[in-house]
Amino acid sequence: MRTRPKILLVDDDQDLLDLYQEILSQLPSQPEISTSVTGARAMAMLEVEPFTLLVCDLNMPKMDGLQVLSIVRRKYPELRTVVLTSVMDEQFRSRVYSLGVDLFWQKPGSGEEIKQFLDCIESLLGREAQSGFRGVQSKSLVDIIQLECISHNSLVLKITNGTLTGRIWLHNGEVIDAATAELAGEPAFHKILSWRSGNFESLPAEPDHARTIYNSYQGLLLETAQAQDEAQGQSNLAANAKTNAAPSGETGPPTPLTPLCRFEGVEFVLALKPGTEKAFESRGLENPQPMADWSRQSLELYRSLGERMKAGPLQQLECRGPQRHLALAQHQELDFCIGWEHEMSTEKIREAMKKALALWVS
Amino acid sequence: MGLLNIFAKPPAKLVRLPSGSFTVDKDGRVLVSTLPQAFPKEMVQDIATHVLSAFRSAQEAQIPVTEFIVRYSSLKLTARELRGGAIIFLVPQTFTTTAP
Repeated sequence: MRTRPKILLVDDDQDLLDLYQEILSQLPSQPEISTSVTGARAMAMLEVEPFTLLVCDLNMPKMDGLQVLSIVRRKYPELRTVVLTSVMDEQFRSRVYSLGVDLFWQKPGSGEEIKQFLDCIESLLGREAQSGFRGVQSKSLVDIIQLECISHNSLVLKITNGTLTGRIWLHNGEVIDAATAELAGEPAFHKILSWRSGNFESLPAEPDHARTIYNSYQGLLLETAQAQDEAQGQSNLAANAKTNAAPSGETGPPTPLTPLCRFEGVEFVLALKPGTEKAFESRGLENPQPMADWSRQSLELYRSLGERMKAGPLQQLECRGPQRHLALAQHQELDFCIGWEHEMSTEKIREAMKKALALWVS
Repeated sequence: MGLLNIFAKPPAKLVRLPSGSFTVDKDGRVLVSTLPQAFPKEMVQDIATHVLSAFRSAQEAQIPVTEFIVRYSSLKLTARELRGGAIIFLVPQTFTTTAP
């Protein structure tokens, strides 16, 4: 038997809560709806029972919507969240989305808007019902494409790998096109499949999209596997050659940080692991401990400031100094501190940091 | 009738992220500010305390830092060291306007 989804509505206006409770109860999925007039009460309710969806107002006394959402996103990352507000301000919309909220909705004012709102909520609840496949960490992109092709699905797969994005168009279980920033067709398909990790998103099918790939998906996957085997063999040879001639700043055997150290302008790389044991790895620093301690302390300091200001997650911290510049950022559960040459401009460091961390991904 | 106001709900107010700058001395006192008056003074003080603390910890760790550029998803904060104090610039970031 299918369980009914649970929605928690939070708004300081009881009349509005009653109205939305009535409207949402008409959804085809027949959700169970609970209400709360304060953010604090909503937090208490979330502690007690699991909900599928939280619909929250922004402008509330004492604990405003931004405070509620920043706590909810951290404590209940699986919970779908929607902001329903009369505040129409680009800054608040950006801040809400930067917190990871699924939808930002202006309080509907007409029958048509209410219908659209209900469609969106139903769609979110529907996605939640199918979420057994959310986060397919143990599946490779090859597995995903095979699954989609065997099921004769039509869709667009959007794949993100760090700063790189690619799309693969599937129509009735056949790969019809692929594209990355620079490539199209089969070369783009092979390029996307060479990415070892990342995220993917299934977008609606585009049946009118022009076909450029006529090879079968089995043929495409076989060619990709062959190309990857050849590339692996060549990179092993190259790695052996580079290890024999390591740069002067590097000591010891190559580690996963070694490719980042070879990036132009990098003086050192420090990767800080989360956890109380305060473990880290470094390349290019003779005495990394003080730098590691300071990096942790600074990131913690500015993260706490960001939370207090409700300015969204800390994306990057750049520190300019007379000897060298430092850039600190989180990437894949690790905090990185990279030392850059003094001659580099802030903008150049920002771009280089993105590329260096993308290198870590792939 | 005024008695009923006692039971009225407290006014709800969302705080916009400010655009402007301010300077603080080495003791964290705000000297000059171009921030909107609506932005809470306690928050300004909080930012000043955090920034001065970051400069001090860098000094203690013997890591020479003269400027911090802190990029949050909705705000860019730039803090320059100024004779023990700091000048701090705040620029909100939105999807349509992103400061360099």
